[in-house]
Amino acid sequence: MALKIVKGSIDRMFDKNLQDLVRGIRNHKEDEAKYISTCIDEIKQELKQDNIAVKANAVCKLTYLQMLGYDVSWAAFNIVEVMSSSKFTYKRIGYLAASQCFHESTDVIMLTTNQIRKDLSSPNQYDTGVALTGLSCFVTPDLARDLANDIMTLMSHTKPYIRKKAVLIMYKVFLKYPESLRPAFPRLKEKLEDPDPGVQSAAVNVICELARRNPKNYLSLAPLFFKLMTSSTNNWVLIKIIKLFGALTPLEPRLGKKLIEPLTNLIHSTSAMSLLYECVNTVIAVLISLSSGMPNHSASIQLCVQKLRILIEDSDQNLKYLGLLAMSKILKTHPKSVQSHKDLILQCLDDKDESIRLRALDLLYGMVSKKNLMEIVKKLMLHVDKAEGTTYRDELLTKIIDICSQSNYQYITNFEWYISILVELTRLEGTRHGHLIASQMLDVAIRVKAIRAFAVAQMATLLDNAHLLTGNTQRNGICEVLYAAAWICGEFSEHLENPMQTLEAMLRPKVATLPGHIQAVYVQNAAKLFATVLRSQEGNTEGTAAQETSQLMIDRLPLFVQSANLEVQERASCILQLVKYIQKLQQKDVEVAEEVNALFAGELNPVAPKAQKKVPVPEGLDLDAWINEPPSESESEDEKPKAIFAKEEPKHSRPRHTEVDEKELARRREARKQEQANNPFYIKASPSSQKVYQDAPGVEHIPVVQIDLSVPLKVPGLPMSDQYVKLEEERRQKERAEKKKKEKKKRKEKRSGRGKKHDSGPESEEDITPAHMVDIVTEEMPENALPSDDDDKDPNDPHKALDIDLDKPLADSEKLPVRSHRPTEAPKSPAEDGDTESAAPQEPKKKSSKEKKEKKKDKEKDRKKSKEEKKKKKHKHEEGEDLLGGQPDEPAVQSEETNEVAAPPTSTSAEVSDLDFWLSNAPVPSNSQEAATVAAAAAPVPQEASGTAPDSEPDEPKDTETEETKSSKHKKKKQKKEKEEKEKKKKKKHHHHHHHSDGGGDESVQNGTVEEEEEPLPPMSNYCLLAENSYIKMVCDIQGNLQDGSQVVVSVIFENKCDSFLKSMEFNVLDSLNSKLQRPEGAGPHDGLTVPFQLPPGVSNEARFVFTVQSIVMPQKLKGTLTFIVKNEDSSTHEKLDFKLHFTCTSYLITTPCYSDAFAKLLESGDLKCSSVRLEGVNMPFHHLLARICFHHHFSVVERIDSCASMYSRSIQGHHVCLLVKTADQTVSIDAKCDEPSLLGNVLDEIKQTFSQC
Amino acid sequence: MIKAILIFNNHGKPRLIRFYQYFAEDLQQQIIRETFHLVSKRDDNVCNFLEGGSLIGGSDYKLIYRHYATLYFVFCVDSSESELGILDLIQVFVETLDKCFENVCELDLIFHMDKGGLSAAPARAVSAVKNMNLPEIPRNINIGDINIKVPSLSPF
Repeated sequence: MALKIVKGSIDRMFDKNLQDLVRGIRNHKEDEAKYISTCIDEIKQELKQDNIAVKANAVCKLTYLQMLGYDVSWAAFNIVEVMSSSKFTYKRIGYLAASQCFHESTDVIMLTTNQIRKDLSSPNQYDTGVALTGLSCFVTPDLARDLANDIMTLMSHTKPYIRKKAVLIMYKVFLKYPESLRPAFPRLKEKLEDPDPGVQSAAVNVICELARRNPKNYLSLAPLFFKLMTSSTNNWVLIKIIKLFGALTPLEPRLGKKLIEPLTNLIHSTSAMSLLYECVNTVIAVLISLSSGMPNHSASIQLCVQKLRILIEDSDQNLKYLGLLAMSKILKTHPKSVQSHKDLILQCLDDKDESIRLRALDLLYGMVSKKNLMEIVKKLMLHVDKAEGTTYRDELLTKIIDICSQSNYQYITNFEWYISILVELTRLEGTRHGHLIASQMLDVAIRVKAIRAFAVAQMATLLDNAHLLTGNTQRNGICEVLYAAAWICGEFSEHLENPMQTLEAMLRPKVATLPGHIQAVYVQNAAKLFATVLRSQEGNTEGTAAQETSQLMIDRLPLFVQSANLEVQERASCILQLVKYIQKLQQKDVEVAEEVNALFAGELNPVAPKAQKKVPVPEGLDLDAWINEPPSESESEDEKPKAIFAKEEPKHSRPRHTEVDEKELARRREARKQEQANNPFYIKASPSSQKVYQDAPGVEHIPVVQIDLSVPLKVPGLPMSDQYVKLEEERRQKERAEKKKKEKKKRKEKRSGRGKKHDSGPESEEDITPAHMVDIVTEEMPENALPSDDDDKDPNDPHKALDIDLDKPLADSEKLPVRSHRPTEAPKSPAEDGDTESAAPQEPKKKSSKEKKEKKKDKEKDRKKSKEEKKKKKHKHEEGEDLLGGQPDEPAVQSEETNEVAAPPTSTSAEVSDLDFWLSNAPVPSNSQEAATVAAAAAPVPQEASGTAPDSEPDEPKDTETEETKSSKHKKKKQKKEKEEKEKKKKKKHHHHHHHSDGGGDESVQNGTVEEEEEPLPPMSNYCLLAENSYIKMVCDIQGNLQDGSQVVVSVIFENKCDSFLKSMEFNVLDSLNSKLQRPEGAGPHDGLTVPFQLPPGVSNEARFVFTVQSIVMPQKLKGTLTFIVKNEDSSTHEKLDFKLHFTCTSYLITTPCYSDAFAKLLESGDLKCSSVRLEGVNMPFHHLLARICFHHHFSVVERIDSCASMYSRSIQGHHVCLLVKTADQTVSIDAKCDEPSLLGNVLDEIKQTFSQC
Repeated sequence: MIKAILIFNNHGKPRLIRFYQYFAEDLQQQIIRETFHLVSKRDDNVCNFLEGGSLIGGSDYKLIYRHYATLYFVFCVDSSESELGILDLIQVFVETLDKCFENVCELDLIFHMDKGGLSAAPARAVSAVKNMNLPEIPRNINIGDINIKVPSLSPF
């Protein structure tokens, strides 16, 4: 036995490892495949051995071979073996291999479920990590269902490394198992505020990805993201959030209004190009959503366009590309602002980089006008000639056609020019877009009646020179053009100068080499031409010519009768028989021309592509209903004749129906003709000329003839469109001259003083009259077409299943399946399962709450039933609210009111109304209203804070509810509260400069108000005065950075108080040992930071500075200086302002929600030191007091009962701070616990100070 | 979302391939070939974004690449990614490789395929949705690297 092991390990020494394999492959360059196949044989041998190390080595090699394109699915089972090895090094190899080559249809995957579960719950974080990363690549619906709960548990793992991965993989789980989204969502949302930046950004990523596909379900998260956006310093996260907002704004224009300001600030202040670009992008999205063209937003557009111009002018090709990309988005809604940069875009057309040229082409689409269309297209045609790659040339071709045909040929003034452009384009070799040109030719020829004669002439030439098009390459897509040419020549044959010649051209033997569908059109249209020729020939000569024509047809058509293509064959034989019959009649000297022509009489009208879809279903018609009774299964043979009889009935009735319809149709047709007569779809050159056209007898009056002569039709090798450009130029000049003359005359006649018209200036759009009076026929649509524009979504999109309302409370049935041995047990919380040793504060509380619950159960058993009913009602209520709040255009003021007056019920209300509320107070127009609004905004806070109390009293027996429902509800409440609080802060930020005088001043408002809960809270601000002189005022707010335990962010608002321009502001602080200002890399320790903006008179702006602190247990003061230049019209002076920055211990605390059960657990743990303080003579309502502590000291209320409340906060370095606040007779006692006594002492001192001020 | 990370050399030989969505092996190779074809004919001084890889994704997807010496680093991403952000990510990725192998070159990737796969691990974490934190990535890799020798290492 031992010998065997030794032997095995010696054998191993001679095995190839991965490096040997790679080296071997490099050494066998000429017979690589053969070498690899021998290697695979060796690997197969190695896999048969028992030694796991050998197997792992083999699997490792297979992973490499898989990358080189070899199928290794046969080793799937061995991979599973290696995955289940207990040694991490092997396990990792196994998971790597699995992630490379497992997929949904790999059948061994179902063997892995338990192994993966075991790894997920492994005490070694790397085992868990590798299982998570592997799983993300091969998760199947089954795995997702079975493991969702385990992964959800990991989302609250103690290690951020695991939390991060668990959060990320949840996205894949949602995709495969959409039912898990609702139960997991509350926790995911919680992770948005995780102390670890990695976890936080993972959560942001997941939610952004989800929200991108179904934005409307995530609208309620907007306030939370807004907070993140304004507080985060991580550019990656910011980019994601900003992108997300871009997706949300189309759904909620009010959100856009709120976003504009912070985004423009970011645009001004950021130095990161990527962030700048995304900001610009989102601002564009916002502007698109606010399409109502608000005047004050033109500045934002200008800003965007300006920034983009900078990008485009940059020498970095990437920036140039992105600039053009974003520009094209602006183009859609604000073409005017882009058009002014035409020069730049045309310049980009000459760029050597194809991607950039393509982007510039996109932009050109919006640049064209009647005036410059010809010029631009001429330029593009030059590019077409120069372009090498076919893809770029094809792109050019489609763009030319797009540009010309956009909005119903709006910009084309001369259709002859356009036809000749199309004809020129047919000379492109090897293009794929022959059909595009063809359809354009057809479209123009059919819809623009005036151009038909010209088009027919051009097409006849094309047909004559068909050999040039088909050339030698058979698969040439350009021959599609012949399809159009043949059809146009046939359909409008009356315009042909020499129909006989064209007919001859269409019946050449070479035609038989064309694709079938083109031949078919050839044959059919040859018949049409034949009819025309007959008519002309029968009229003048004695009939031999006509007979010769018939003979020609009879001679040539048999070629097509033999065609392999059915369509061609059928048409050809039909027509052949017809012509033979005609010949017979001709020989009897019967005049047939009229009758033959009757075959093709009538005009074909263009039909809109969607017409068929839009035919409304007549009333009373059910298309899904059976016409006849479905045949019963036990149908006996006797019944059959009956069935046949029954079938005949509808047949009888159908023709009757159509008869009625015919009459009806005729009537409708009349109506439609009338309608078309006053259809606005004419290209109106000038109103007067339009009338002329309508009065004119027909198309003959159009001056086509002279131009015709000037164009060498017979030489298709020469470009012709250029001549049109010249002609057009001349024509326009002439017109201008005439106009001038007229105007002069007019002026002479009326010698009134205001005759200064723009005679010499460039002609405006309206001045350019089209060369032809053109009537563009609209495409026909069925009557009463449905105006629906349903763009169908991809039914296979996995995100469709994730379109789930996340705000509804969880139902019992929605819980994730939990693995459980005793199904009779009361429903467990998901967190409880499998995670026992976790020390995270969120985890253990569950158990304690359960214990509590059990106690209560005894007491309130009898009251349970009524409670349940109450709760049901409440749920209903919530839903009602939901519906109400969901109405998008609910007036803002009203929603505010409901929130204020009906506060107690809304404390649990749906988030939608929350959102409404958050959004509604964004724009505050004037100062006088402001105070009122601020007060109103602040009002819900105390109710919120107290909201927990009334809630917890009657609703405490939540034991009937499932754990999950409870927690999710709890969370909702918490988040809502936070939201409001933050929003309040937000408000403060908005209007800080009006009441930044801080605490003292505002607080007097609430003097002598002791009574009711409804009473509004006075406005509060965290911004305190930093320093002030006659030029500038600085107020600041200090907050701990959620993402980094050693960072504090100081937001300073600079307000320019003087009439001069303040610039070159530099902010500098004398670092202490403990606290340092973060300076950019390369800056010395005493260098100042440049404030990234300048201040015009009366303007204020906010800048953020990040400080690193080591110890947070003591408050600190830092001395600093602001230097700036005051610039007047005539002079500029250097000024400086000293300030003292006070880092209170409070500023190291971060508002963190905490559940009461976790809170209890925390206190029980006994790790916390105790301290207490008494405040005498506090003369304010309890809820004000709480709100004040919450607001100024970053606490959150855990629970409140009557005049007693517990509160919680956390420092940036993870210290827990717990308060128990009691009040009686103007005395407030605060008992506090914290794991860091000196921090606690300082915080309490600060609280004391806050209340002594009032 | 990142759909695939492809690293191949100037001749189109794959050096490190990660697909975050399943494709059969032959289709993978076809995608690599097509991508190589698209990327290789571009000058070094043109922009780093490419649209129109027909096999992966569709119009929503972009190829974002960088060319370092003999290697192309190509990321296939959809529109939820910031283009410039991905360029930065590639830079970080390469810097990380450089740290791991000291003056990384193509041969490193060839001979340390297993470690290369490892250093793609952060990128793999990126896989599920992607989570890029500049300071984070190098740290993770170092851990991974040491992990080869000492499996149970205390967390950073």
